[in-house]
Amino acid sequence: MKLITAIIKNFKLDEVRTALSGIGVSGVTVTEVKGFGRQKGHTELYRGAEYSVDFLPKIKLEVAVSDDLVETAIDAIERSARTGKIGDGKIFVAPIEHVVRIRTGETGASAL
Amino acid sequence: MSNTIKKLLATGLLAAATLPLTAVAAALEPNKGDTTWMFICTALVMLMTLPGLALFYGGLTRSKNVLSVLVQCMVVFSLIIVLWSIYGYSLAFTEGNAFIGKFDRLFLKGLTPESVAATFSKGVVIPELIFMAFQGVFATITCCLIVGAFAERAKFAGILVFMVIWFTFSYLPIAHMVWSWPGPDDIKDAASLEAVTAKAGWLFQKGVLDFAGGTVVHINAAIAGLVGSFVIGKRIGFGKEPMKPHNMVHVMVGASLLWFGWFGFNAGSALEANGTAALAFANTLLATAAAVLGWTFAEWVLKGKPSLLGAASGCVAGLVGITPAAGFVGPMGALAIGAAAGFACVWGVSGLKRMFGSDDSLDVFGIHGVAGILGAILTGVFAAPALGGTGIFDYITNAASPEYSIPGQVWLQAQGVLVTLVWSAVVAYIAFKIADMLFGIRVPEDQEREGLDINSHGESAYEN
Repeated sequence: MKLITAIIKNFKLDEVRTALSGIGVSGVTVTEVKGFGRQKGHTELYRGAEYSVDFLPKIKLEVAVSDDLVETAIDAIERSARTGKIGDGKIFVAPIEHVVRIRTGETGASAL
Repeated sequence: MSNTIKKLLATGLLAAATLPLTAVAAALEPNKGDTTWMFICTALVMLMTLPGLALFYGGLTRSKNVLSVLVQCMVVFSLIIVLWSIYGYSLAFTEGNAFIGKFDRLFLKGLTPESVAATFSKGVVIPELIFMAFQGVFATITCCLIVGAFAERAKFAGILVFMVIWFTFSYLPIAHMVWSWPGPDDIKDAASLEAVTAKAGWLFQKGVLDFAGGTVVHINAAIAGLVGSFVIGKRIGFGKEPMKPHNMVHVMVGASLLWFGWFGFNAGSALEANGTAALAFANTLLATAAAVLGWTFAEWVLKGKPSLLGAASGCVAGLVGITPAAGFVGPMGALAIGAAAGFACVWGVSGLKRMFGSDDSLDVFGIHGVAGILGAILTGVFAAPALGGTGIFDYITNAASPEYSIPGQVWLQAQGVLVTLVWSAVVAYIAFKIADMLFGIRVPEDQEREGLDINSHGESAYEN
């Protein structure tokens, strides 16, 4: 089991969700986040005052998948979130030690 | 008395500024059209402050301080209009000496539905009660304008003390000096002109032109605000932390309400529903539009992007710029004044602000001061008949005087500006110091960081 964490552009969320559902991913957690990468921030000008906005809003998506789905899921996110322009985001993959479904107490891959 | 002034008096070069005095022949009946017009204009001027200016200022603050600015506007408005009825109207608009009126109308004594006030036309009067109310809402917006300069850090009690002192010792004398006169009804010849003029305010006697309040309202408030920004000090983190306007939608709605209400401010200053009011109305429309374009294009070229804040600020700059000139210049003069105000204030809120080095939070001086001074000076230029202006009305011949000296009038205008700057600055400094001694003029540091809304007023505008 792996936890896939993807940072994507806000307006790409719907496409990514559709792509993930299409390959049989049954759940996703979404958070609105701020950060910076190579895209850096931008500057805003209010009358005489200039402010640099260093952190841009992004969406953080977390998906837990069984080992056989990992590659397809990464591929689905990559294809659906890409615009080809700077700021498209990143995908991180980390192993999961243990999973529990709270309602039934199931554990492991069957809890995903 | 200098030769120039003698000549001005002889030719009746004193003409108009807003305002007349009391008691005209009791036989004169107000016209229903004029009276209705003044009701509408008075309500429009009130709309400029509540909610126009309040929203404009509120949107420019950070979200933790928006309510503090709104409550300051609403309470200062109410405080000033009450003081106006008790002694303000009397000191500003009754005949006294050249600097201040008397207590003849203390507690509005003797003001009945039958009382009438003079206008700028012989034989035309309006009910004095509506004249009192109209002039009263001018005093309220002037005081409310000042709060923008020390927004986000001033202590509420200190602000109220400051307002009482400044209103009494700066607004009332300046309004009296610029606007108070007995009205034109008794003027028949040079001798009677001199007699009437001698009863007018000091700057009015000199011949300073201020149609709707460039000096009395805008320069007066702007310099008081600037002094406040120095005395009270910069906001914590000024120049280091971002202090972005929290709601540009409010700013746009506020600026637009100011524009709408300003038709009452400028066109209403004619005191009658006549051609002069129509001229002031058209000029208020045109100058403001030119200023929006002026600021927008200047910003676009100099800073890269045409912003909504730029357009809204240009709108206010144009309104301020045309205020002293509204009933004196032609429509093309209004376009020129508006465009000039739009350009100049871009500098007012950037280069000039850096030169002062103080934290005039919402750019009260950068906009109202710069556009007010520019408008006052340019009134002297574009009021010239040769440049499409009305010139000066001669109440002896009952026609516009053929004589007009641009340099002469510009010098008079400059004197009006200088007197207002110095007078108001001195009064404001003393008023802030007294307020500071009595209740303190600034909130404690931790309260400023957390915001005035929750600490000074016990409420917050938005759910987090």
